[in-house]
Amino acid sequence: MALSGIQIFKLTPKKNCKECGCPTCMAFSMKVAQGAKQISECPHMSAEALEQLSEATAPPMKTIKVGTGDNEHTLGGETVLYRHEKTFVNKTVYAANICTCMDDAEIDAKLAQVPSVDYDRINERMYTEMINVNFGKDTTPERFAEVAKKAAAVRPIILSVKDEAAAKAALDAVKDTKPVLDGADASNYETFSKLATDAGVVLGVGGASIDELYDTVQKLEKLGNKNLILDVTMDSIKATFEAAVVIRRAALADGDRSFGYPSIVKVNKLTDDRELQQSLVALFTLKYGSIVVVDTMDYAMALPLYGLRQNLFTDPQKPMKVAPGIYPINGADENSVCLTTVDFALTYFLVSGELERSGVPCNLIISDAGGLSVLTSWAAGKLSATSISKYVQENVEGKIKNRTLIIPGKVAVLKGDLENKLPGWKIVVAPLEAVQLVKFLKDMKANGEI
Amino acid sequence: MPFNRKAHKFNASINEVEIGTGDKAIKLGGENTFPFYSFDGSLGSGPKIGVEITDLGLDAEPEGVKAYYAGCNTIGEIAKKAAEMPGGDFVVLRLAGGDPNGANKSVDDLVAVAKEVADAIDTPLVVEGCKNVEKDADLLAKVAGALQGKNILVMSAKEENYKAIGAAAGLAYGQKVGAESAVDINLAKQLNVVMTQLGVPASSIVMNTGSAAVGYGFDYTISTFDRVRAAALGQDDKMLQMPIITPVASETWAVKESTAAEEDADEGWGPVEARGISMEVQTATACLVSGSDAVILKHPESVKTISRLIRELV
Repeated sequence: MALSGIQIFKLTPKKNCKECGCPTCMAFSMKVAQGAKQISECPHMSAEALEQLSEATAPPMKTIKVGTGDNEHTLGGETVLYRHEKTFVNKTVYAANICTCMDDAEIDAKLAQVPSVDYDRINERMYTEMINVNFGKDTTPERFAEVAKKAAAVRPIILSVKDEAAAKAALDAVKDTKPVLDGADASNYETFSKLATDAGVVLGVGGASIDELYDTVQKLEKLGNKNLILDVTMDSIKATFEAAVVIRRAALADGDRSFGYPSIVKVNKLTDDRELQQSLVALFTLKYGSIVVVDTMDYAMALPLYGLRQNLFTDPQKPMKVAPGIYPINGADENSVCLTTVDFALTYFLVSGELERSGVPCNLIISDAGGLSVLTSWAAGKLSATSISKYVQENVEGKIKNRTLIIPGKVAVLKGDLENKLPGWKIVVAPLEAVQLVKFLKDMKANGEI
Repeated sequence: MPFNRKAHKFNASINEVEIGTGDKAIKLGGENTFPFYSFDGSLGSGPKIGVEITDLGLDAEPEGVKAYYAGCNTIGEIAKKAAEMPGGDFVVLRLAGGDPNGANKSVDDLVAVAKEVADAIDTPLVVEGCKNVEKDADLLAKVAGALQGKNILVMSAKEENYKAIGAAAGLAYGQKVGAESAVDINLAKQLNVVMTQLGVPASSIVMNTGSAAVGYGFDYTISTFDRVRAAALGQDDKMLQMPIITPVASETWAVKESTAAEEDADEGWGPVEARGISMEVQTATACLVSGSDAVILKHPESVKTISRLIRELV
């Protein structure tokens, strides 16, 4: 359990030597309690006190890494149950599923499909990060190893297998790619723990119930294996949801370290229905899946899902920003009318959405306004006639021939100043709300103004 | 050591608000736990699904929606079919044609549409305005009067026009009122406070705390839901214990992912309708698991999927 500043202070040398950068040991202890400083920053702590403290101040949930190099993914490490309490740190990772029970042609087609969803959205790469390789009935360990090897060449993999020989064969083939070995349960945890430890990979642990899973995790911890992921997939949607929530809550709200590991949810085992799968993958993104497995991740499923994930994992204290630049809309070119607004992602999406609906070709110019809304950035001096005119002169005038600039209605006050600072430009004030832009642009077009 | 499971129980619950009359009447709210946390307590009567239709007919609707309503010629027939949609619990009439910047239909015409719809169905009815605050004030007040006795939910009472809509729907004609605020817990609470000060009983108010399609600032939606529910249940805040209804279809079917035709879309995006359904299904799921007691959808495939999700979790 977390210690208070006073409890930590009792263990410090109380010398007030300032070597940690704090004026007193008391101040240092307070910062450690808040997580702002590490206990190891004090050079005079006794080994005994350090051990006692590092156990007590360790994060409630472990951070586990899978994959290697550019394909390494960090899971877990969360400290809160709700994003507004602080922030979620390691985003949910998605995996597509293949099975040794499929024929080669189907496996090859699925492996070829996985990289096809890959795009950028607000400075973040969106793609299917992992592949789940399921050991199907009536297949051999050799085939499992062969399919795992093929898949591991595409993405980091999860080996879903309860058969010891098959697990061993596959690990021999792919252990260097740092897969997850997901197959430990109450009956085989000793052998699987050894397999995973010998291969240096993360072990996935499952169980028929929350209690059974807890029991197995404790036994694995007793064996010294704390490199774990909890497979919370149960035999029904309801039981799986309960496990995902109860386990995360036990770790973060109730301080139960044995459940302080990332989780994996295999939605593909809960239903065959594609539509229900995509509902569930959204559900388990919000409620505590670190890895979520679906049968196939296509664009239709990915577009909303990755948008949801991006929203969920943004830092609530730091608004999402779009990169400054000229964004052509509806096939705009250098002769199309220009509009400008702030770089706050929500504003950008609202405005660009309405512009798209208007059907009028136009260039949306985004300059750096600190990621704040129009009025806030104007009040903070980050959106001004100077900032807009500077950006337009340096980045727009050389590329765009049109000389009409439409500015947000909420900063109509900038019009005069902008006309002075941007000679040759016609400055037009837009309506107050983005939703009114459609009619506004259509009217301008009908009147021949643009 | 066996797992020591700690119960997370609250001594407060969400109000239960009934809409509709007779056998088909439904209750929104009533739960005393976080969404779908049936292992902690009661989910009330469980989340509900509204099927949205508009006075603008079917011309602009996706193919799958058109196909579902094939053969329907009048708004009454469309409403009847909407009421029968498998998985739906109530019908939502959105009077989009009232928008002065759009079709700008007269209040009288739209009241007649609302009457035709109400007469055609025996399921509960929810009426949404056209998003223009002045027009809605007049329009929704008249709709509330015209449908007296049907126990409908009149949506879209906002800060600017809650007096007109609240007084007519909530006080004069005994309907239920939807208090709409813009994705902020303080604004949501403030509106409930002034609405109750006006005399509308707290038990007649349903909240629309705002929404967005996932990916479009949905972070604010999630946190608003999370915080509203934490205050309502954890702190027994009576002014936030109203059930939440969230219009999903009108948000999700307007974004690029759901509207860009396959030939205009980015490479690989595939057929537009599948993208629209995905957007609707996933946004609805995210709203429900964050706090909505009812979501408003329109595509039969989405309604089917979300009703199945609810059945699995309740």
